Amino acid sequence: MNLSRRGFFKATGAALATTMAFELSSQTQAFASESKQDWKLVNTEEYTNICCYCAGGCGSLLSVRDGELVNLEGDPDHPINEGGLCPKGATMFQLRNVVDPETREVIKNPKRSTRPLVRRPGASDWEDISWDDAIAEIARKVKDTRDASFIEKNDNGLTVNYTPAIASLGGSQENSEEEYLILKMMRSLGVIAIDNQARV
Amino acid sequence: MTSHWCDFQNTDVILNCGSNSVENHPVSALWLEKAHEQGAKWIVVDPRYTRTAEQADIWCPIRSGTDIAFYGGMYNYIIEHLIEPNLAKYQETGDMSEYNFEYLLNYTNASYILDPDYKFDPETGLFSGWNEKTKTYNAHSWHYETESTEDWDTSENGAYAWVKKPGTPEFTTPTLTNPKKDMTLQDPMCVYQQFKKHYSRYTLDTVCGICGIDKDVLELVYKTYTSTAKPGKAGTVLYALGQTQHTYGAQNTRAMSVMQLLLGNIGIPGGGVNALRGEPNVQGATDMGMMVNEHPAYLKWANTTDRASLRKWLESQTYSDGYYTNKPKFIVSSLKEWFGENATVDNDYGYDWWPKVPSETGAVDYTHISTFELMQQGVIKGYFNWGMNPCHSAPNAGNVRRSMANLDWLVVADQVITESASFWNAPDMNPSEIDTTVYYLPCALIYEKPGIILNSGRWIQYRYQAVEPWDQAKPDYEMCDLLWTAICDLYKKEGGANPDPILKTKWDYYVDGKIDPRPVAWALNGYRVAGTECNTDSANPKTDLLKGYAELGADGSTACAMWIYSGMWNNNDAPLDPAEQPLCRRNTEDKSGIGLNSEWAFSWPSNRRILYNRNSCDMQGKPWNEDKKLMEWNGEKWILVDQADFVAVKGDKPVPPNNKTFFMLWEQNARLESYGMVDGPLPEHFEPFESPCDENPLNGAFHNPCAFGTQYASTKQGTKEQYPIVATTYSVTEHWRTGGQTRLCPALVESMPAQFVEMSEEFAAEKGIKNGDEVRVFNNRGSVVVPALVTKRMQPMNVNGKVQHQVGLTHHFGWADLYGTGDVVNDLTPNVGDPNSFTPEYKAFLVDIEKA
Repeated sequence: MNLSRRGFFKATGAALATTMAFELSSQTQAFASESKQDWKLVNTEEYTNICCYCAGGCGSLLSVRDGELVNLEGDPDHPINEGGLCPKGATMFQLRNVVDPETREVIKNPKRSTRPLVRRPGASDWEDISWDDAIAEIARKVKDTRDASFIEKNDNGLTVNYTPAIASLGGSQENSEEEYLILKMMRSLGVIAIDNQARV
Repeated sequence: MTSHWCDFQNTDVILNCGSNSVENHPVSALWLEKAHEQGAKWIVVDPRYTRTAEQADIWCPIRSGTDIAFYGGMYNYIIEHLIEPNLAKYQETGDMSEYNFEYLLNYTNASYILDPDYKFDPETGLFSGWNEKTKTYNAHSWHYETESTEDWDTSENGAYAWVKKPGTPEFTTPTLTNPKKDMTLQDPMCVYQQFKKHYSRYTLDTVCGICGIDKDVLELVYKTYTSTAKPGKAGTVLYALGQTQHTYGAQNTRAMSVMQLLLGNIGIPGGGVNALRGEPNVQGATDMGMMVNEHPAYLKWANTTDRASLRKWLESQTYSDGYYTNKPKFIVSSLKEWFGENATVDNDYGYDWWPKVPSETGAVDYTHISTFELMQQGVIKGYFNWGMNPCHSAPNAGNVRRSMANLDWLVVADQVITESASFWNAPDMNPSEIDTTVYYLPCALIYEKPGIILNSGRWIQYRYQAVEPWDQAKPDYEMCDLLWTAICDLYKKEGGANPDPILKTKWDYYVDGKIDPRPVAWALNGYRVAGTECNTDSANPKTDLLKGYAELGADGSTACAMWIYSGMWNNNDAPLDPAEQPLCRRNTEDKSGIGLNSEWAFSWPSNRRILYNRNSCDMQGKPWNEDKKLMEWNGEKWILVDQADFVAVKGDKPVPPNNKTFFMLWEQNARLESYGMVDGPLPEHFEPFESPCDENPLNGAFHNPCAFGTQYASTKQGTKEQYPIVATTYSVTEHWRTGGQTRLCPALVESMPAQFVEMSEEFAAEKGIKNGDEVRVFNNRGSVVVPALVTKRMQPMNVNGKVQHQVGLTHHFGWADLYGTGDVVNDLTPNVGDPNSFTPEYKAFLVDIEKA
């Protein structure tokens, strides 16, 4: 998604100023003599985000260099958390990247699964599957299940247009636009067994 | 939340009940500490001495599942100590030095006269209207007596002229029934008198016996919290799943609301009924109505009885007075967004394409707990899990994985292989016997995609995308589009069971031909149909976004998926730039002086920061507290600090103060007594599904007679003889839900590497258990092995004269291969729930414990 540069500045203006201050300060002799290394946040773009844990809505600030996340911290301008983050919020960086205990390099988090997989009936392991094949297979299963179970009219002749055979669970982890798309897709398929974390 | 996080600083007394802010909402605790530093008193009611209790002034231990007895005792205390001794004086002299009578009399239904058949029988524990055969209530006798009636004026210059506008669906407009009142509160059938009679049974001794609370502590809690009954004082109640996860959880929530109404604490700075919600966008998902019977923005989904057609929906859902007289505008605009040009007045805007949920008495239930029964029965064959992990989080989790083994197919969209994705590989499952095809779809992280998120205080905020998703991971919106497009193609090609609901659906949220969340944001905000094209190219977007929901029509001219969000994304000059929308505002200057932060992000509805805020002023429009002002009537007009949650102006004429302070209800006064609950008009104490007690001292019905799920054999109810220990569950800061994110972060697992069962020193000594010993916790549903944590934070309780032990379990680990594995604690919790909300009873059940 492309943000206009003006919009980007407006959204992250204060954060960007911080970066520039770091940049300037790193050029002074006093600082330069202390460390040969660049400041961690030099030449980064900063983006604001909202925490993925409790519904506090704390703001975070993400620093990106060459398309990769290099730092994540509390947004000091955010009126709720005023720059602070709890232990969970403060470690959100690790959702994507961790330090390899052997090489001390920052690497992709090896426990995260980033490819589509399928487990076939009776199998005791996963198989790789392409996105195209996964989508085609799921669409076929949804259609077959819906077609075999669809109730267009109930016993009283009332148009009801539902399938009792498909259920959908979840939504509180998604952004609101995604919640609407999930809901719209499920309801239009005729799914009534819809629930999410708000139920529990 | 009726308030928001930063508002906690304005309170005089904090009551944490069923929540542990310092542990589970750590940053919010900053705002509690600010209040505390300024002299606020802090009370924690919790079975454990929690981290929040450590910060507070008073810790009141309570037996899990007895909150309604606690609140009922407080109502009785308020009546005996504050209302009865001062009512006559108030009526003579207007004296309110001890108690805010003006609020009770004018802003609640205390004075309303109830139907003559209204009754509660303590012998049976039943209210009037009970049907023994169906185990349900008919709420007729819980309504008010009628003084007079008024019909809507739909004539050309009438208030409801819009009903006759071309394009508006036909329906019979409602009749307002003005309730009969007795402002002296002496009529024996008025709400106040019935309420007083009901809670006169909740004496200090009875409540102490049920809850296992020391009488001096209870009195101190009541005295401290009810000090907020004085005009100008504020008390806030903070709750979480400790209140909602019971077979009477919705009544717990109502009980808190009633307490806050009796004390004049709703709609004022530092007050409110504040749910500390636990999922990042659970507020958004609730708003979105992602539940069986719900519809986006707190409307109700189509069903087979009172919502079986658009006309029936309009006639059953449209209120006779107050803001919800506008519901026809909301539902028609929702249909128009859903079906686009296919929705016309002649086809009821496509209403019949929506699936109708069976709703006759005794109809099959499709909510969370029941879905697993339906899998067992072979009814549900296909299942989507969107970032949710029921094999870990659902109650009676063993039953869940055995049920899921009957599925034909399962799709799990997540960031890791969860317990649900790998249910066939659980330690007690045999993969070769399970024929389910399982697809795992890898999701983008929160900073790998852009989008809207809501916090518990109803702030709508924005997440900017910082980096591209790793490898093949995709945002959920892209997955939905791929799937939806593929399904539509199949139906176009092959036909099939009624394809119309699918093929008539409008799905056009594309920018430059690519799926994009920004036109979806337009749909949520609302737009004029004539001037907007969602499928757009970025160089030349065509939009006529609505400024706010006041612009919605019932005639098909406007489209809006979510009326309460209207106003969040309304800049037609830069419709594709989130930074130019109200929800992305970052002005930190707080002009209110009380932390409303009105120019930071956007708060629904209409950027209101404190709901029901008209209640912050008296009947003349003067604030109860001059130092903490949300608005004031200056004799000519309202001077607003927060956005008005009432009718402040009609046309361009200011509306002088009146008693219509809760305008989202038709009577526009709040309900101490309510006909809206399925299990009774007043909260009444019942025991949990699994209780350690011999009897319920308050009534003859031991359990909630309407408790949900008790009919399912899979619940395997245990008795107190088999399982004498009360158990509850909770989390620690470093753990979060089923661990799909927190068990992915090595730093968090390192700092809190195990689950545990926390128990008192006395109980541990009785069982010969030492701190750190591995113990087996078990009941009829399951058995888990975890280390024992022996602490002073849990204590034996005196319940109805007997010693009762309680334990607490954290729940976080499972077999999924992340950093840290362990047993699934929800194997123990019962799959029964609340009959209003269908929320499971995780927070009070029975177990036994032995050394492993």
